[in-house]
Amino acid sequence: MTIALRTLDDGAWISVNDSREVGVSDIWTLPAREFCGCETPHVMLEGFSGVDLRGVDTHVIADAVGMCIDCGTRDGIESLPVGRIVEGEFKRYEPESVQSPSVAAVSGR
Amino acid sequence: MPTDVEEWKDEIYGTDIRDHIERFAEDGWESIPDDEKDAWFERFKWYGLYHQRAGQESYFMMRIGPPSGVLEPGQFRRIVEIADEYARGPVSNPEFGNGWLDVTTRQAIQLHWIRIEDVPDIFEALEDVGLSTVQACGDSWRNIVGCPVAGKDKHEHVDAQGLADDLHDTFKKNEAHSNLPRKWKVSVTGCDEGCGQGDINDLAFEPAEKEVDGETVTGYNVRVGGGLARNEPRFAKNIDVFVTPEQAVEVAGGISALFRDHGDRENRYKARIKFLVDEWGAEKLRNVLQEEYIDFELETAGEDLRHSYSYNAGDADGKHDHVGVHEQTDGNNYIGLNVLVGRLGIDDGYEIADAAEEHASGEVRLTQRQNIILTDVPDDEVDALLDNPVFDEYSPDPHPFQRGSIACTGSEFCSLSIVETKNRQVRFSRWLVDNVSLPEGVEDFHIHLSGCTASCAQPQIADVSLRGMKTRKDGEPVEALDIGLGGGLGENPQFASWVADRVPADEVPGAIENLLGNFDDARRDGESFREFVAARDDEELADLVEPEETSYEDPFLHNTKRTWYPYAEEDGFDDSPAPARADGTPIPSDD
Ligand code: HEM
Ligand code: SF4
Ligand SMILES: [Zn+2]
Repeated sequence: MTIALRTLDDGAWISVNDSREVGVSDIWTLPAREFCGCETPHVMLEGFSGVDLRGVDTHVIADAVGMCIDCGTRDGIESLPVGRIVEGEFKRYEPESVQSPSVAAVSGR
Repeated sequence: MPTDVEEWKDEIYGTDIRDHIERFAEDGWESIPDDEKDAWFERFKWYGLYHQRAGQESYFMMRIGPPSGVLEPGQFRRIVEIADEYARGPVSNPEFGNGWLDVTTRQAIQLHWIRIEDVPDIFEALEDVGLSTVQACGDSWRNIVGCPVAGKDKHEHVDAQGLADDLHDTFKKNEAHSNLPRKWKVSVTGCDEGCGQGDINDLAFEPAEKEVDGETVTGYNVRVGGGLARNEPRFAKNIDVFVTPEQAVEVAGGISALFRDHGDRENRYKARIKFLVDEWGAEKLRNVLQEEYIDFELETAGEDLRHSYSYNAGDADGKHDHVGVHEQTDGNNYIGLNVLVGRLGIDDGYEIADAAEEHASGEVRLTQRQNIILTDVPDDEVDALLDNPVFDEYSPDPHPFQRGSIACTGSEFCSLSIVETKNRQVRFSRWLVDNVSLPEGVEDFHIHLSGCTASCAQPQIADVSLRGMKTRKDGEPVEALDIGLGGGLGENPQFASWVADRVPADEVPGAIENLLGNFDDARRDGESFREFVAARDDEELADLVEPEETSYEDPFLHNTKRTWYPYAEEDGFDDSPAPARADGTPIPSDD
């Protein structure tokens, strides 16, 4: 089955199969990233600019713009895993839960 | 690759959408196929319907856009009646109750909690009095903004209402201009006070004079490429074109067609014409316009009136807004009334409609500062009209902190939002009125609050600009605001400088109090706030903003976006009654 993935309303949210699954304004914990100088960046996502499927685990990865709520660094984030497709269903990752470094390290397109 | 949105628009867009709205309304919310929802909601925007945010599925915002904000007698009452019948939510809002209308910064009215099943009846009720939601959202000609007191005001130089109406009549439901790469915001100003706010629109007509064939002709200069969204604010650029009122519609059509053909359809973030103006420059835009889109020789720009612009212009002489009692050209008066954050309750709406019909013509006009104006009030009716207690709240003489407050939709309904806005701004203004005195001579002080960088509340053109953010306070993430200073329009418009980042929302009133105190101490004699800001660099200004907790309490510090509705008693997503059937009963999900 094909998965319809897109960002809508000016990057306000990620749609998976016509359902609003991931929205802006949540704070994501990004330990393995050099997003800013913080040991554990806590990054509030302000907008999504792209979304894609990646790999055999079918991770849903997003490009976004965010800001670290601790130090104020604003930057783009590439290929942030926001969830995965399990048996055709989207399972969202919890923003606060630490992102798997192995996935997080796969960056850039 | 074309975006999904472009593909959907290619398939069905414009007036063809109407039949489908009727069909879905007839068969109910659940008849919208699951795998077509994104496409339909994108298309519905063309008819002024915007799906509310996550947690509020099946409920829509509806926008009604009268050109230049002019609601003829009977139209305002009709909107109040529609709000009364159809715009009631599942729970009420602590500041505003349940049932209101929002006056917007582009002279439109927004209703919330609208159900698709009711839309055909609402359309009929609107059309019955000559109103429409067409192109109020979506990728096309949005509501045309302009002088709301056109035809009445002593400051008028050219008949802006005539042109705004002509543009509206020509470009609404006009197939050639229905599907543009992005929203298209047009402003027509006819007065010497600049109340059309042309500088922040995609296309602006501004009053001007020009010597043509030995005769002085009155018309408009043209500017292109203004807009505030996404950390990329631009003022519209002078493209060195003067048009007569007769030429204006053709030139507007040429520029709209140029945008249609040359705007970026691959990347919605780069689609607004401001980016084309960045890329091309004003001169190339003028050349392409002349060569490919206009059949007659364009005149170069005429003499404008920008030197006298006073609207939202800091310290300039003249009116800064339309609030108050003002004499019209015909000897009657118009009365500008303050609507705090633009939100007007239904019962109050009926009172105001009654008063306008009893003491005046019944016409109600909407301003870009989220206020309303009652026109055609004879001298001997002014007191009688204002005697109505409803005008204690919707006052022609509000406190400057209330008069200057603007707030966007925010996390109550909007997907993009980061923070709560309208209730918060009401509480800010209340606290400021009670606790802070304005420095001597400061009668206008504009505070605009936007819930994110889309800037619907036009924060960059305020004395104090507030923009939604998050920060950490006492170890917890909280809603916060960036603070900017010194923005405004006028002859030389200026965007605010963002000088303080991520101030916890509960410390913002204290920051404004301290800022005003520091301004009062350090200003030169009679120096206006905008001059004061302009004379200082950002670092110096940052030191003058001293965020501080005060007696102000903020009930929305937690993440209001993680609720289905920030003010519900049970506010978790699991408690949401949405999606719901037309009668409000929740629709169980399949899984
Ligand atoms: C559900 C989401 C949204 C809501 C409720 C909303 C609400 C509003 C309102 C009330 C206005 C003034 C009204 C008018 O056009 O008549 C407005 C204007 C505006 N909107 Fe939005 N909006 C939303 C999404 C967006 C998005 C996605 C953008 C993206 C860039 C945006 C950018 C703007 C800007 C820049 C203005 C006004 C400033 C100007 O005149 O340029 N809005 N919006
Ligand atoms: S400024 Fe942002 S939060 Fe406010 S209404 Fe516009 S899009 Fe929504
Ligand atoms: Zn950081």
